[in-house]
Amino acid sequence: MAIAKKAVVWGLFAAGGTLTAFVFPALIGLYLLIASGNVPDGLQFDQIHAFAASWLGKACLFIVLFLSVWHAAHRLRVVAHDFGIRKDALVAKAVYTFAAIGTLLTAFYLLGI
Amino acid sequence: MSRNPYVRPISTTTWYMRNGRYKVYMLRELTSFLVVFYSLLTIFALSALADSADRWNGFIASQQGKGMMVFHALALLYFLFFQTFPWFKLAPKAMPVQLGEKRLPDSYIIIGHYVAWIAVSICIFWLAGAF
Repeated sequence: MAIAKKAVVWGLFAAGGTLTAFVFPALIGLYLLIASGNVPDGLQFDQIHAFAASWLGKACLFIVLFLSVWHAAHRLRVVAHDFGIRKDALVAKAVYTFAAIGTLLTAFYLLGI
Repeated sequence: MSRNPYVRPISTTTWYMRNGRYKVYMLRELTSFLVVFYSLLTIFALSALADSADRWNGFIASQQGKGMMVFHALALLYFLFFQTFPWFKLAPKAMPVQLGEKRLPDSYIIIGHYVAWIAVSICIFWLAGAF
């Protein structure tokens, strides 16, 4: 059981790491464009809403956010250890709960669009 | 086992300051906070999008300004140099490609990642209507 859990967590960490490495620079770039006042047309309400309303759009957004939060959760667990917090069971519970809530909220909001 | 094993005194909170490689490791680890920040920001954006056009436009307006520009620009550079590029660099070690007796050269795998990354980024900007 312990090995099976480890494999799942590690798999999500690796998939999420690859995904964030590929996608996050462009995502941060979009936030940079928004911040500069040059909001791209695709981010106007009607267009982004239509994208998130389509099943393909929902699937893309869900996969990106799902893998990102689980990747982040696993990384935060290691960061906590690296900074000297040695209560791993408690930390693990906290970060994976955070990831589960993030996943549920993402699904909830996407299904509401 | 000796009854009085010698335990080297190593700080559990500042151990990485002793060595340049450890410092770089910790700088890489810190990109996880950026993943958390942008994931939460995007989930918050989804909540606005699911709510109403007014809340979406309010969200977009709230994200504008010089301070946000500087923050995102620094975050982008930090993320590239401490997450994206190191991740591509270790890809051939994490997933070596065997071709019969030989291994695909590491440089091919790394260049492949960069090409795919540029393609993915162009796709995202195109989808967002940035050009």
